[in-house]
Amino acid sequence: MLLIPCPWCGPRPENEFRHGGEAHVVRPVDPRCVSDAEWADFLYNRTNPKGIHAERWRHIHGCGRFFNCIRDTVTDRIVTTSK
Amino acid sequence: MVGSTHFSAWSLLRRAFGGAWPEQWRAPEPRDAYDVVIIGAGGHGLATAYYLASQHGIRNIAVLDKGWLGGGNTGRNTTIIRSNYLCDESAAIYEHALKLWEGLSQALNYNVMYSPRGVMMLAHNHHDVRVFRRHVHANRLLGVDNEWLTPEQAKAFCPPLDIGRSVRYPVLGAALQRRGGVARHDAVAWGYARAASALGVDIVQNCEVTGIDRGPDGAVTGVRTTRGSIRCRKVGVVAAGHTSVLMAMAGVRMPLESFPLQALVSEPVKPVMPCVVMSNTIHAYISQSDKGELVIGAGTDVYTSYSQAGGPHIASHTLEAICELFPTFRRLRMLRNWGGIVDCTPDRSPIIGVTPVPGLFVNCGWGTGGFKATPGSGHVFAATIARGEPHPIAAPFSLDRFRTGRLIDEAAAAAVSH
Repeated sequence: MLLIPCPWCGPRPENEFRHGGEAHVVRPVDPRCVSDAEWADFLYNRTNPKGIHAERWRHIHGCGRFFNCIRDTVTDRIVTTSK
Repeated sequence: MVGSTHFSAWSLLRRAFGGAWPEQWRAPEPRDAYDVVIIGAGGHGLATAYYLASQHGIRNIAVLDKGWLGGGNTGRNTTIIRSNYLCDESAAIYEHALKLWEGLSQALNYNVMYSPRGVMMLAHNHHDVRVFRRHVHANRLLGVDNEWLTPEQAKAFCPPLDIGRSVRYPVLGAALQRRGGVARHDAVAWGYARAASALGVDIVQNCEVTGIDRGPDGAVTGVRTTRGSIRCRKVGVVAAGHTSVLMAMAGVRMPLESFPLQALVSEPVKPVMPCVVMSNTIHAYISQSDKGELVIGAGTDVYTSYSQAGGPHIASHTLEAICELFPTFRRLRMLRNWGGIVDCTPDRSPIIGVTPVPGLFVNCGWGTGGFKATPGSGHVFAATIARGEPHPIAAPFSLDRFRTGRLIDEAAAAAVSH
């Protein structure tokens, strides 16, 4: 179980959180103007890196807020979290 | 079979009286060029090579693996085989696989120990009952066996099951596929490896692919590996959890996320579990191996990872469920626990077919339940690589479905929550 440092509440066990998937996935500003391929890329394609991963977590059983996290997906070590 | 012993009762008996067992597949050095390179020597990759060689006359094939063959998810899964999925497309491919399982030991001349002992999926609440009955009806329309059992019938089929009403999640019924069961996972990899090697396929282990080369027209021209460069016109990526990493080498983004999935086994005991039991709601699945160990599957971690481990709380959660369903197992000790990296798609269905890169094919996204499909997956993927266009059974599972929106949602049938 990961010990995740919530930027608001401090270190808490993983089961207080929900994983929010890859960070910085930007929804197209005007979905009517993008192609099906671009829309699919936004909806479904993910970097899924082996190594450093920028992801989001949500502290659902704490402050309820989303935050960003940098984690190594090989060692599961959390490098840093930020608001 | 070319170049290897034919197994029979007589040949096994004769071997029992002495003499070393011969190696069952060659260990060649990689050559400079092949017609087809398969990346990943798991069950699906080896099956692909075997069917390319045996049914499509393409024998100049290399199967590359960064580790040893069958050392990834093929050797780590809980070996459950069934075909009772909901959608027509899924039933087609899993049923195709199940029919191949039924004759696989004979086809490969290698005992894969396929045992159709029945797979029973438990319903614990009103919604489970509705969903499973819907599956039973959908399967029956497609000619796939699946039947509804009352709690008493479920108990009769699997005596150690507790159907008492006082437990937190009482058993309200079950869907049973009698043709479902288990097989010996290592034997599947070894059987395909042996048969493919005998047909001339080079299986190159400890050979990690580090790059995919492409020509000026964008088409695949070869792969770079830790054991040198290999030229080829066609590459099939069958790398499960590492598919995103490999496809990124060719500049293709994939709708995949990799998660650790755990399994564990108990100390061996006398035969006690006559079938496979799965419960989606309280999340447990269990069967008994021929060695006597109870084989238990847990869920995935909630976050993406390549760690091949998994959180202990995930496994404990599953054991709590097992102990509630089977109170007699409470005092069993667990012997081993391990993880594998599974690649999950958004619709929980696999991706089998062509990619935007000419000459590059992919077979991935089997998520938490790829073992059952091994023969069917290899069979249709081989046809797809040989012809350069999707096999009819593979066609709905295109990478392009995420653009067209024709998803095949099997989240309810996939059994493992993720």
